[in-house]
Amino acid sequence: MRNRYSVFSLIKNALSYHENWQRAWKDPTPKKEYDAVIVGGGGHGLATAYYLAKKHNMNNIAVVEKGWIGGGNTGRNTTIIRSNYLWDASAGLYDHALKIWEGLSQELNYNVMFSQRGVMNLAHNLQDVRDLKRRTHANRLNGIDAVYLSTEEVKKFCPIINTSPDIRYPVLGGTLQRRAGTARHDAVAWGYARGADAMGVDIIQNCEVKGIKRNGDSVEGIETTKGFIKTKKVGVVAAGHSSVIANMAGLRLPLESKPLQALVSEPVKPIIDTVVMSNAVHAYVSQSDKGELVIGAGTDDYVSYTQKGSHQIVEGTLNAILELYPIFSRMRMLRQWGGIVDICPDASPILSKTSIKGLYFNCGWGTGGFKATPGSGDLFAHTIANDEPHKLNAAFNLNRFVSGDLVDEHGAAAVAH
Amino acid sequence: MFLINCPYCGERDQQEFKAGGEAHIERPKQPTELSDDEWAEYLFMRKNIKGVQFERWNHAHGCRKWFNMVRDTSNDEIKAIYKMGEKPPAQ
Repeated sequence: MRNRYSVFSLIKNALSYHENWQRAWKDPTPKKEYDAVIVGGGGHGLATAYYLAKKHNMNNIAVVEKGWIGGGNTGRNTTIIRSNYLWDASAGLYDHALKIWEGLSQELNYNVMFSQRGVMNLAHNLQDVRDLKRRTHANRLNGIDAVYLSTEEVKKFCPIINTSPDIRYPVLGGTLQRRAGTARHDAVAWGYARGADAMGVDIIQNCEVKGIKRNGDSVEGIETTKGFIKTKKVGVVAAGHSSVIANMAGLRLPLESKPLQALVSEPVKPIIDTVVMSNAVHAYVSQSDKGELVIGAGTDDYVSYTQKGSHQIVEGTLNAILELYPIFSRMRMLRQWGGIVDICPDASPILSKTSIKGLYFNCGWGTGGFKATPGSGDLFAHTIANDEPHKLNAAFNLNRFVSGDLVDEHGAAAVAH
Repeated sequence: MFLINCPYCGERDQQEFKAGGEAHIERPKQPTELSDDEWAEYLFMRKNIKGVQFERWNHAHGCRKWFNMVRDTSNDEIKAIYKMGEKPPAQ
């Protein structure tokens, strides 16, 4: 039985100097067989396990993770959450996630620090203005809150932005989604892990998948560094390493894995109370609760699994940040890191069955998967449990690359995430 | 970030180059005969290898010529560079 977190449990544990908190999840050794195994213990994988147990009564399942949970892209992203996507399919997918975010802390009894501080997207040229206006209209037709802001309104909403007309890429306007915001990325992984564990899910860390055993066209189990695990259903949620796992099953995916970088500054007092994104100059910034500026840079254009990335990418982003926010010119950056993102040709994810029975892939989230974590888990759990996609992820199947029915979110919607 | 030895210009910063993706993907000889599955394989499916991969690069801010590279994507170490049309080195 899992103890609930509350102000009373906080007081009680304070009396014993916080030395007797119950473990948030167990550290089990893998059983010989499970009804389903999720490969990848990031936010999406843990959410998938949580909803499989909660909504589909699949409790004899495991999550296997090669490192520690939440140690991959879940702990490396810039935590932006929004749903203002252009196309109907994307709007449905991302807004489904946003609606779950709104009640997630209560549901998990774990504070994921979801903060609806708004996300503003800036326009820097006439095509940006046309695109963002079009996207605002599309969002509103899909029931997603969106407003278009003039330059003056941008300045009023975020006064530290340089809206002078003589900068290299002047701010001509912007959009605002007020329901959007940020959350604490680690807490999302930990909250889902704790919730899944309480329902009997085995979370097995330091367990790397080495092979997928097939019998003809169906899955029989997985080879791991902790031995063979028999299972008829394998859900792969391995982000940048999806192609590596696919290769074990003899599949190829339409993915390229590239380093995406982010960086944070030294902590300072509150200066920016929203998230501002600028796709044209590729700079986006928010401020963490610790006070650090959280800045997202772009991807390198070559395939790499090094979790590093090139210096000039960071330099380009910081040039743009300084032009837009001259007030940051004397800030010192604290840390910089990279994560490996799996990018689809149409910049939309894959939540899909495959040609192999019992093998499912949840990948291709590219540079913007964090925001979708709860929705992705919910819909992928549905897909695995029913062996059929939910109507909200039906468009995100692998077969779209054969039929040509792509969900092209590249140019028209926000490129940066 | 690394140095690339352009076969035409010599060693230059990677910043001068543009990555062109997986190499040796042959254009279908009979495009009209291809099924949708085969088109998808040709257009979209990629090996995306973690390890030694064959790629095309372009010296975009230099001689603007294309060439091939053998690179280990797990540590960005370049194993070999060879010109377009040349046979890839045996691995």
